[in-house]
Amino acid sequence: MIEIRHLTKRFRWIKAVDDISFEVNRGEVLGFLGPNGAGKSTTMKMITGFLSPTAGFITIAGRPLRQDPLAAKRRIGYLPEGAPAWPDMTPESFLGFIAGIRGFSGAERRRRIEATIERVHLGPVRHQPIETLSKGFKRRVGLAQAILHDPEILIMDEPTDGLDPNQKQEVRALIRDMAADKAIILSTHILEEVRPVCTRVAVIARGRLLADESPAAFEARSRLHNAVTLTLARPDPGPVRQALGLLGGVAGVDTLAEDASGCTLRILPQPGQVIAAAVGRLAQEQGWPVAGLFVDRGHLEEAFRVLTTRSDTRGEA
Amino acid sequence: MLRNIRMIFRREMGGYFATPIAYVFLVIFLFLSGIFTFYVGNFFEREQADLYAFFSHHPWLYLFLIPALTMRLWAEERKTGSIELLFTLPLRPVEAVLGKFLAAWCFTALALALTFPLWLMVASLGQPDHGVILASYIGSLFLAGGFLAIGSCLSALTRNQVIAFVLAATVGLGFILSGHAMVLDFFSGWAPTLVVDTIASFSFLTHFEAITKGVIDLADVIYFGSLMAFWLFANVVVLDSRGGD
Repeated sequence: MIEIRHLTKRFRWIKAVDDISFEVNRGEVLGFLGPNGAGKSTTMKMITGFLSPTAGFITIAGRPLRQDPLAAKRRIGYLPEGAPAWPDMTPESFLGFIAGIRGFSGAERRRRIEATIERVHLGPVRHQPIETLSKGFKRRVGLAQAILHDPEILIMDEPTDGLDPNQKQEVRALIRDMAADKAIILSTHILEEVRPVCTRVAVIARGRLLADESPAAFEARSRLHNAVTLTLARPDPGPVRQALGLLGGVAGVDTLAEDASGCTLRILPQPGQVIAAAVGRLAQEQGWPVAGLFVDRGHLEEAFRVLTTRSDTRGEA
Repeated sequence: MLRNIRMIFRREMGGYFATPIAYVFLVIFLFLSGIFTFYVGNFFEREQADLYAFFSHHPWLYLFLIPALTMRLWAEERKTGSIELLFTLPLRPVEAVLGKFLAAWCFTALALALTFPLWLMVASLGQPDHGVILASYIGSLFLAGGFLAIGSCLSALTRNQVIAFVLAATVGLGFILSGHAMVLDFFSGWAPTLVVDTIASFSFLTHFEAITKGVIDLADVIYFGSLMAFWLFANVVVLDSRGGD
């Protein structure tokens, strides 16, 4: 549905987006990750036709965006950064305006407005000026205008920013609900959001695309991927560490905690190695009093850090 | 096209009345109209059954009231980021420009219409030429349209409403004075007569006063019409080229 080729955007001195290519198909939810100022918002602004690219091109549903921006905009629902709206309007009049511009009228328009208000739970505040609403409700108003016309393409810049944990959960559920028949791009800096919501992850830093892969593959970039955390009901981890260090595929052993009653060790695998079974067998052979054994899937934060800091040292200023 | 203009128009109109803008503007407009008519224009001392004292000050009234109305048109959209929402909807910039302009123009027409007690008063005091008064109202509306188009375009240049106000008032002043010696003397020393005459012909005052004499000349209508068209076109160009930054 969305195809981006060699997209570049230059503002006076800075290359905000630097030769990015990717595509998003129906049924996919692409999570855009990146540090602040990485170019996520700029990329989204170009896809939605708000900014024009310096170079490269964008195809929406098989047609170049530049050729027919209005047709593309009809297919896209967009939640801009900060969920802007007209503060003097109420959610109801605001959605009425959006529905009108989106070409709905009469009963259909009323039905859409009602269904959307219902869907994002705006009922209690529908007649209050938007400027008097809390951040969470404002964000939902933004979300409501983006999904009102049931778009094939949904682009959301930090949809859960400023929401409380329950609201975040609701929005994630909403996105999962809609995911099946849409192409969705969302940006976030909450990495924990990636696993439950996204089918793919794209990492951007300094305007460059550093990774475009499944959440699992992204997690595997973490040094902690498949690391084993072993808790023993005995003090003095020294000999255990030694024995573990000799095991094939083990890259290192850290002591996470140690006191009189026990110790916790983290055994890091060499890249691509699975060591959980071997560690378990060794513990059995040696008769260690195992109180807990836990295999890490890898930490998104860590994967993110590994990826983005590496580019910091390599990348030019 | 028309549908979208109507949607924008309705939103803008609603915006005026959802905020104190409408009420403050209307009250101040009526108050200042009164001041200009009776104190500055010496309505009673003139002992004439006409509204010359009222209309002759409209260019000066509009000079600072219209920029106050137009300064927010686009600068505020830029400031709050709602311009991003507006221009990612299936909407052409020209539709948004026309919708906003027409709403502001209708709003000004409303303010102007609310001065009708003056007309009633002068009609009760004597036998005014109603044709002249009607023509003057129409002329005043054209004048307001000119100021509005200028202000709307200049508001799109910035996200700062103060800058938008100052730019619009300055350019508006230029258009008022361009028939005046103050501006013409600046050019007459060196510029060819054709240029000086052209500048003089841009004057709001010349064209407005011609209409307030009771004659709606096609030339004056074309003048105001093309002036509005030019500035609104420039407004669209500014939005197209500057986008949101």
